[in-house]
Amino acid sequence: MELKPGSRWRSAVCDTEVIVVRAPSGPVDLRCGGHPVLPQGEEATAGGALDEAHSNGTPMGKRYADPESGLELLCTKAGAGSLSLGDTPMALKDAKPLPASD
Amino acid sequence: MNLAMLLEMAADGLEDRIAVGSRHGGGMSYRQLLDGAAAAAGFFSGRDADRVALVDLNSDAVPLVLFGAALASKPYVPLNYRLTDQQLRAVLSRTAPAVAVVEESVVGRLTGPESGGDVPGVEVVLREALLGAAAAGHAFEAGFTDPDDVAVLLFTSGTTGEPKAAVLRHRHLTTYVITTVEFMGSDEDEAALVSVPPYHIAGISAVLSSVYSGRRLVYLPQFTAEEWVATARREAITHAMVVPTMLGRILDVVAADGQGLPSLRHLSYGGGRMPVPVIEQAIALLPGVSFVNAYGLTETSSTIAVLGPEDHVAAFSSDDPAVRARLGSVGRPLPTLEVEIRREDGAAVSPGERGEIYVRGEQVSGEYEGKGSVTTADGWFPTNDGGYLDAEGYLFLEGRLDDVIVRGAENLSPGEIEDVLVSHAAVADAAVLGVPDDEWGEAVAAVVVLHDGASVTVEDLQQWVRERLRSTRMPTRVEFRTELPYNETGKLLRRVLRAELCA
Repeated sequence: MELKPGSRWRSAVCDTEVIVVRAPSGPVDLRCGGHPVLPQGEEATAGGALDEAHSNGTPMGKRYADPESGLELLCTKAGAGSLSLGDTPMALKDAKPLPASD
Repeated sequence: MNLAMLLEMAADGLEDRIAVGSRHGGGMSYRQLLDGAAAAAGFFSGRDADRVALVDLNSDAVPLVLFGAALASKPYVPLNYRLTDQQLRAVLSRTAPAVAVVEESVVGRLTGPESGGDVPGVEVVLREALLGAAAAGHAFEAGFTDPDDVAVLLFTSGTTGEPKAAVLRHRHLTTYVITTVEFMGSDEDEAALVSVPPYHIAGISAVLSSVYSGRRLVYLPQFTAEEWVATARREAITHAMVVPTMLGRILDVVAADGQGLPSLRHLSYGGGRMPVPVIEQAIALLPGVSFVNAYGLTETSSTIAVLGPEDHVAAFSSDDPAVRARLGSVGRPLPTLEVEIRREDGAAVSPGERGEIYVRGEQVSGEYEGKGSVTTADGWFPTNDGGYLDAEGYLFLEGRLDDVIVRGAENLSPGEIEDVLVSHAAVADAAVLGVPDDEWGEAVAAVVVLHDGASVTVEDLQQWVRERLRSTRMPTRVEFRTELPYNETGKLLRRVLRAELCA
């Protein structure tokens, strides 16, 4: 799948939705809950089940990054599945929030 | 990566929490704000307009227009209602074809025979009409927004020549927010008081950051210190951002009535040089309040460096002059971007050395409409601000490079001399500028405001500066005034003073 900046994707097996903040350098196999993600708005095929190995949950507002490909995602809707590239879980991009300045 | 995505997330996560308005009723929830913005988007989309302008004071309509324009994929262009009729019409004509949401008193300035006729290509719509359309709540299906689309055009105050329109794209502003603000990080009782006008970058970042963090927005239509203090108390305001001139006046009101600001927890300031005595007074007068000094520019999507609450405490309580001096700094650059100080030849300098501040990062635009990007090939934006970094990476500002005084072969920074003048017990405020001089090219002139009842001679002030800085920095001309000219967002109008001194 080609993850353009700004493109939005949904999990095939849970409520998770993400937006691409930074595009990867090449094609990647983005999954959520162990299954390839779908373009937002596309209906999931019936019968898919959340893979226990990828069910740590994806909280809204958290960012995920893959330093190797440069891919960065923002979770725009929380879900029970967790994000992975192939079978490798994506790392949470931890950032200390700044003191409010606006 | 549309700006409106930030609001969509808040509406999903916070639903019925109040997003904008009074805690005493009449507010809009995050869900209602999103529904209203969608209806506003439908309203804008049905018009022959490529852009959405706003010529208005602060009101609850500001976030509706901002997010409505974003959902409709039309750049949002808030304009300064204080411009003269001629300037306003000239700037507005550059937004055509556009729809302009305006406050009632503006209508007569833009339409009808007495104003010089309608501005071609600009449809004028009253704020009330927009609010009515938003309340009617028509559904609107937003399409895909390219993160590279223009989100906001902001005309910079520009001290000389035609105003420039800074271009901020959706990716600049959304990156700024998602990398600096914790989603839903605010408690339900938090409320931010917005008193900077909507056409200031801080007026835009206030909306975006507050919505994303779940902090209620409360608008002050126009700043007066009395109204600010009364609103902060009535609305139990916990957070606010002010420009330096505002803070000085707020402190006067609070000091005079002695009632403090019991709800306030967090006060950030920026948008101009903050005299150290004012911030010291603020810390003393408002115990329990965290202070944040923020430095940013329109072209950088707001804040690029912050002096945080711990920095304030450490500097305020330190006996080490280098640490104490940081109270006069703008803190350290955000971890998401890079800051460098460069000499005129472009070479980076070492800590302590002065030069021009350059910044690079995903929130940095550095682009102007019709002029393109002014960043270097590798993405560095020259801020036109002078400054230096100390050994620990704290950034010190010395003002706009345009304001540098060239005396003989020496470049003098007005800020450094102003700081020394203001540190004199009799001096309340000071402006330093270059005036033409036959011998030196430019000479140092100072315009000084004294505290009520204080007195000091020109010679005393000259000696005060000479004892603390090199003698070339001593003002050869010193004038006393009862106040200095500032614009409404706290920028000192040096060109006004220069014109007066040269008259």
